[in-house]
Amino acid sequence: MPMELTQSRMQKIWIPIDHRPSLPRPCGPQLTNSPTVIVMVGLPARGKTYMSKKLTRYLNWIGVPTKVFNVGEYRREVVKEFSSYSFFHPDNEEAMKVRKQCALAALRDVQLYLKEEGGQIAVFDATNTTKERRDMVLDFAKENDFKVFFIESVCDDPSVVASNIMEVKLSSPDYRDCSSAEAMEDFMKRIDCYQVNYQPLDPDNHDRDLSLIKVLDVGRRFLVNRVQDYIQSRIVYYLMNIHVQPRTIYLCRHGESEYNVLGRIGGDSGLSIRGKKFSVALCKFLEEQNLKDLKIWTSQLKRTIQTAEALKLPYEQWKALNEIDAGVCEEMTYEEIKETYPEEYALRDQDKYYYRYPTGESYQDLVQRLEPVIMELERQENVLVICHQAVMRCLLAYFLDKSADEMPYLKCPLHTVLKLTPVAYGCRVESIYLNVEAVNTHRERSEEAKKGPNPLMRRNSVTPLASPEPTKKPRINSFEEHTASTSTSLPSCLPREVPTQNLNLNNSQNQF
Amino acid sequence: MSDLQSQRAPQEGLRVCVTNCPTLIVMVGLPARGKTYISKKLTRYLNWIGVPTREFNVGQYRRDLVKTYRSFEFFLPDNEEGLKIRKQCAEAALRDVRRFLSEEGGHVAVFDATNTTRERRETIFKFGEENGYKTFFVESVCVDPDVIAANIVQVKLGSPDYIDCGNDEATEDFMNRIECYKNSYETLDENLDKDLSYIKIMDVGRSYLVNRVMDHIQSRIVYYLMNIHVTPRSIYLCRHGESELNLKGRIGGDTGLSPRGKEFAKSLAQFINDQNIKDLKVWTSQMKRTIQTAEALGVPYEQWKVLNEIDAGVCEEMTYEEIQEHHPLEFALRDQDKYRYRYPKGESYEDLVQRLEPVIMELERQENVLVICHQAVMRCLLAYFLDKTAEQLPYLKCPLHTVLKLTPVAYGCKLESIFLNVEAVNTHRDRPENVDISRPPEEALVTVPAHQ
Repeated sequence: MPMELTQSRMQKIWIPIDHRPSLPRPCGPQLTNSPTVIVMVGLPARGKTYMSKKLTRYLNWIGVPTKVFNVGEYRREVVKEFSSYSFFHPDNEEAMKVRKQCALAALRDVQLYLKEEGGQIAVFDATNTTKERRDMVLDFAKENDFKVFFIESVCDDPSVVASNIMEVKLSSPDYRDCSSAEAMEDFMKRIDCYQVNYQPLDPDNHDRDLSLIKVLDVGRRFLVNRVQDYIQSRIVYYLMNIHVQPRTIYLCRHGESEYNVLGRIGGDSGLSIRGKKFSVALCKFLEEQNLKDLKIWTSQLKRTIQTAEALKLPYEQWKALNEIDAGVCEEMTYEEIKETYPEEYALRDQDKYYYRYPTGESYQDLVQRLEPVIMELERQENVLVICHQAVMRCLLAYFLDKSADEMPYLKCPLHTVLKLTPVAYGCRVESIYLNVEAVNTHRERSEEAKKGPNPLMRRNSVTPLASPEPTKKPRINSFEEHTASTSTSLPSCLPREVPTQNLNLNNSQNQF
Repeated sequence: MSDLQSQRAPQEGLRVCVTNCPTLIVMVGLPARGKTYISKKLTRYLNWIGVPTREFNVGQYRRDLVKTYRSFEFFLPDNEEGLKIRKQCAEAALRDVRRFLSEEGGHVAVFDATNTTRERRETIFKFGEENGYKTFFVESVCVDPDVIAANIVQVKLGSPDYIDCGNDEATEDFMNRIECYKNSYETLDENLDKDLSYIKIMDVGRSYLVNRVMDHIQSRIVYYLMNIHVTPRSIYLCRHGESELNLKGRIGGDTGLSPRGKEFAKSLAQFINDQNIKDLKVWTSQMKRTIQTAEALGVPYEQWKVLNEIDAGVCEEMTYEEIQEHHPLEFALRDQDKYRYRYPKGESYEDLVQRLEPVIMELERQENVLVICHQAVMRCLLAYFLDKTAEQLPYLKCPLHTVLKLTPVAYGCKLESIFLNVEAVNTHRDRPENVDISRPPEEALVTVPAHQ
């Protein structure tokens, strides 16, 4: 019967009655139709991997399954001992062959990820500095019906390059047994090897028809060509808002509130006595931090504003930072919820990320609501965000690259400030408890939820993941094994199937 | 510029620019490159999101000064009289810019003129510095003769300048006018202008060059400019079919369609079919009534939570009579300032606009779209397309069972209103005369439309 609708139990989404309850759905526009390969371009130490990882983290957080494929890591798997920059010399034929095979292996994984593993975006992180290499990638994409978007980083400022090398190259596995000075010297020579044959993207002529963004001088200038769709437009906007200035982000909740004490969720109550004490302690803490130009943001709920008032500094109220709306369950205790809405109570434990309170919100809704906050946090420098438990979990998940599954269970206790400092490819976290007692409002994952993934969550669903570990690397044993495939199902530029192994690689990102 | 120089504070070259300083957007480009189109559209967008913005079109100042336009010769580079007048006009416009930004609470001023020489741009930049404004240049570069010809047809032939000319005459004169500027045109240069903040738009948005974006508002402006396009298309706005709660005069809630509402949904399907629209996207909210309406169309549609009706908080599912009875103060406050008024535990129109901004951005990116939404939401979207103020917005008429078809034309939007001939209750409540908090109930309820 047309127009007969039923509301899905978990997400409270109205669907026609003759359809099966569907996969968890995004609640916004269709972000992209065909899968996209993002191709990084640039000399070594230009921030390609930095941008790849950051972008991937952002895209996953907003719900677009994205993964980085770093060709350097593939190379490290094959070539066990890195000897020196001479490996990268353009005349080193043996090495050139290996490097090409690594690129092809990575592309094969890209294909698997986008076609069979539910990926939407693959970031192909390599230098890709020659037209020839880029044409190979374009052909690969064309054969597979993938869109391609190039991100080139161009930077000739020697101090930036040197600083990048210090930050992320000296500690690379390649230079494990070298001194800093040795490593620096070798790396500079490595860059020279690429410089000789570097053909930057040329949107005025040769690359007129490609979709691309050229990032110049760490974001001072951008050249954007032929943005094709919504997701590319978001990527451009994101890249134009991030920066690399050192700065610190402080996240904390409001001081303990009267409702916290009563065990009631939501509402708009004021601070308890201990909550007020916390605000004073927070004020002192900030003074000790001795920060230049701190911005302070709160929600529009009384408890965060009361907390900010004690700081005696200007602050900005954001409605978008309000706590998750618990709909019909607002101001109830968990016991009351369990008694009045037992089914809702159970559903929430089953899938806390997608679960939407009746007439309220879900964590998934929160992420969408908080996206402008994240964007503005990226633009800013030192910021203190005084918010709420669920909101803080969402923000933290973004900075620490936590999946949708982990997000609703991140620990964000009252009266504790999380200090986030960008470092290398990730974020350092310090947790500072301000020594004022408060109730614990954290509920662990229930036994029910621990049983395993919800049957509703299928592999191909748009489930935000943390940026996946680059786990599967084909072990390329010898060069002779890779002959062109005769199978019609694989494009001719890729090697035939090689057995894959589960390899856990060291991730240089510090995790909370 | 001596008039402006005398405004300078003694011993101070410039005023200190604080983070919230006003922004001066300076358009750059040959005639018929879309500068005014961009100025007006950008101004409309910024005002809608709550940033007080105004455009200052120097050509308009010239028309006010030089009563009759004779020919392109006015613009010849060696026409001294012409040059003097044009300079005066630019100065007058900048004086008004200063008044708007420094005295009238304006946040952004769009200075719409060719500004094709480096010298002119330096003058304006200095003016900005002296007054504590951040300057952002928007240059439009286009060499495609078809685009230029189309622009001339769209907006120049109808200009007051050519009121007494035939089309061919006007086109020829305008082409000559463009020539006058070409020789002295100095495009924004990646070396000479490397310290300026600007965006260069090439070939109507095929590519962009962005330099030194300084702050949040510039970043938003760049994002907006990169998402708009000029491909012809139509946007259809309508509300869900009449709902059960509509019949009872109750606001909010999440009910299904009434029998007449279902009829409307079928009529809508017929209407869409008849319109024969290429690649129509259909968007709904996540409320039952819009989805039920969309289901009748038999085409794929996307649900957006942000298109949900305004949250009436404690007043959800009440009639206006009940609101007057239980929350008379709130009811009066709402009538006093319907745009900013927020329902307790609910939302305001102002909140709605912020929530709907991604919808507007995506509507700009898209081509043919049908948005099936709700009264308050539709008012917000309509206000964006028709450039309505915050005061007008909450009282725009968006009746049930009526489709509004918006088609971009020239500098604005053509609006067609199509009633699909299925009766429905009226849900529009005008502002009553008496908005005082002590008003008697009858006076509060005098404009409530009839219901069951």
